[in-house]
Amino acid sequence: MSAGTLYDKVWDLHRVAELPGGSTQLFIGLHLIHEVTSPQAFAALRDLGLGVRHPERTVATVDHIVPTTSQARPFADPLAEEMLVNLERNCAAHAIPLYGLGSGRQGIVHVIAPELGLTQPGMTVACGDSHTSTHGAFGAIAFGIGTSQVRDVLATQSLALNKLRVRRIWVDGALPSGVYAKDLILHVIRVLGVKGGVGHAYEFAGPAVAALSMEERMTLCNMAIEGGARCGYVNPDATTFAYLEGRPMAPSGAAWERAVAWWSSLASDADASYDDEVRFDASTLSPTVTWGITPAQGIGVDEAVPTPEQLDPQERPIAEEAYRYMNLSPGAAIAGLPVDVCFIGSCTNGRLSDLRAAALVARGRHVAAGIRAFVVPGSEQVARAAEAEGLDQLFREAGFEWREPGCSMCLAMNPDRLEGRQISASSSNRNFKGRQGSASGRTLLMSPAMVAAAAVRGHVTDVRELLAETGRSASAASRQPSLTA
Amino acid sequence: MIASPSLPPLTDAVTASGFPIGPIPSVEGRAVVLAGDDIDTDRIIPARFLKCVTFEGLGEQVFADDRSELGGSHPFDRPEHSGARLLLVNRNFGCGSSREHAPQALMRWGLRAVIGESFAEIFHGNGLALGLPCLTSGHEQMLAIQAHANAHPTASFLLDVQAAELRCGDQVWALELAPGPRQMLTTGQWDATGQLLANDDALVATVARLPYLNGF
Repeated sequence: MSAGTLYDKVWDLHRVAELPGGSTQLFIGLHLIHEVTSPQAFAALRDLGLGVRHPERTVATVDHIVPTTSQARPFADPLAEEMLVNLERNCAAHAIPLYGLGSGRQGIVHVIAPELGLTQPGMTVACGDSHTSTHGAFGAIAFGIGTSQVRDVLATQSLALNKLRVRRIWVDGALPSGVYAKDLILHVIRVLGVKGGVGHAYEFAGPAVAALSMEERMTLCNMAIEGGARCGYVNPDATTFAYLEGRPMAPSGAAWERAVAWWSSLASDADASYDDEVRFDASTLSPTVTWGITPAQGIGVDEAVPTPEQLDPQERPIAEEAYRYMNLSPGAAIAGLPVDVCFIGSCTNGRLSDLRAAALVARGRHVAAGIRAFVVPGSEQVARAAEAEGLDQLFREAGFEWREPGCSMCLAMNPDRLEGRQISASSSNRNFKGRQGSASGRTLLMSPAMVAAAAVRGHVTDVRELLAETGRSASAASRQPSLTA
Repeated sequence: MIASPSLPPLTDAVTASGFPIGPIPSVEGRAVVLAGDDIDTDRIIPARFLKCVTFEGLGEQVFADDRSELGGSHPFDRPEHSGARLLLVNRNFGCGSSREHAPQALMRWGLRAVIGESFAEIFHGNGLALGLPCLTSGHEQMLAIQAHANAHPTASFLLDVQAAELRCGDQVWALELAPGPRQMLTTGQWDATGQLLANDDALVATVARLPYLNGF
């Protein structure tokens, strides 16, 4: 059993009671809601005659169903419009703040809560969306829930939960140029599998993690769930505090100093004990691309699709299914595989630094003939910041469409979707069968820079080749400055 | 503020759909096998069907794309499985999206329990919140259970939730179910809302001690 970890400390602080069934009632410090998983929860509250216990700890936005071309109301899709109207009514009825379209603060729920300073170290964060693990980047314990649990949090600001085991994912070294947090998490999932994290929280630590920006840490924690870990987190440090300082909902003045002291005390103790530990070396990684139908079916861009003999016997049946569905042969190179659609966006990789990394590759180049490429900023704030740097113009000149914020083609609940057997290079998080809106559509997961490389070449391409061509470096130091400089 | 922790009965919509209420000591009926690991919730219910403000229509849409791909030969489309109550799966069932629409769709199709080698965390929790018992078995035994069900598609199985046992004719298979969910299901306390409401004083005390709710 773990002891002295951030997970243990935050769990203990939020423990309300032990329940008769043996689970723990845990207080939820921040409840994020959106239009897809909350309507039935509000309906249940009405049926039960209950109110919202802490509307001031609840925040809503709209992201999953919004169109990214025109966001004028009413939406062309009446079902989408009905869902948003439903959310607006529910938020108004219960005095829940809603960051709606055009508010300047709308966006993907896992993008806006951090950028508003809502997500803070030491909190428990719940949302009816599995990628809530993103918020663990701040040293919060954050996890996705279903709609019955959304109802429970609305009604009681708490949940019945069982404590997870804690696995430390220790990463030595530093990410090489052209290799990003996305590649690191795809590699971790490749090694540990999509079920390796079931029953665990993942603590990401070590020199390579300490060197990551907050946006990169969000990418890392975002996909913990794809490895089966319901939550992932990084201990709060100076990088965390620097990101939070001055954000609208972050503490200020004397409270800021007290907050930093408290947040610092929450980091896992040096002598903390973990249920287990797995070590990686970031310096050995290549850009990673998925070739199959689970996020664990990833390989370096310089590798070939594995043969059944190279795989664990347990993994062979799903690999066989993946060969068929993806129409890929064992032993085939992944580099050079033609793509049809290129999507840059999502709660995994729709933040400003992601767009900058993609722009660095797209600048001065053009999307290849026959490729549909589009960029969907993660939030209105990301969009405005990118536009202020001229990234929208840069992408347009390179042949990409520049869209309005939303979840878009990550899960294709809006009009953005694959058609037929199209194959996409996507900076999103799931390559499940049918995930991007076509029952036979195919998805290759990769970093935003790799998506940009695929867009300009028309096929899966090692982004390091393009960076080398133009002498552009994508090392940690150069990822941050503006491209217009 | 909540005046009373006692709850009115479940809604008409829920009872009308035949969802369980109260203790779930056992589930009896035919079993349908869905072989394969890592069956994600996008496959159980594709995202386009999440565009709804009620769960009502989901039963018909369960596994929509897989069923369409197989043109009628999907286990859920075979006549002998119509009305099945138990679903037999393998590893990491229900991974991916947290959508409760997945267990809702399975239950509205008619299922009342799932037995598999392992379940994704969120799916398992969603199932429990709806009174859908999810029990586990070791790999070899699971294959044996699935083989038995495939060989006897019209046989009736009895899942004893309290004993965590599955029976069919003379066959008995020992399953696993953690003490917490087992107690919640068999005592009818699997719907946690009432329990959570009962501890409001302790909730207020928790709020009072959290630095971030008190100016640090």
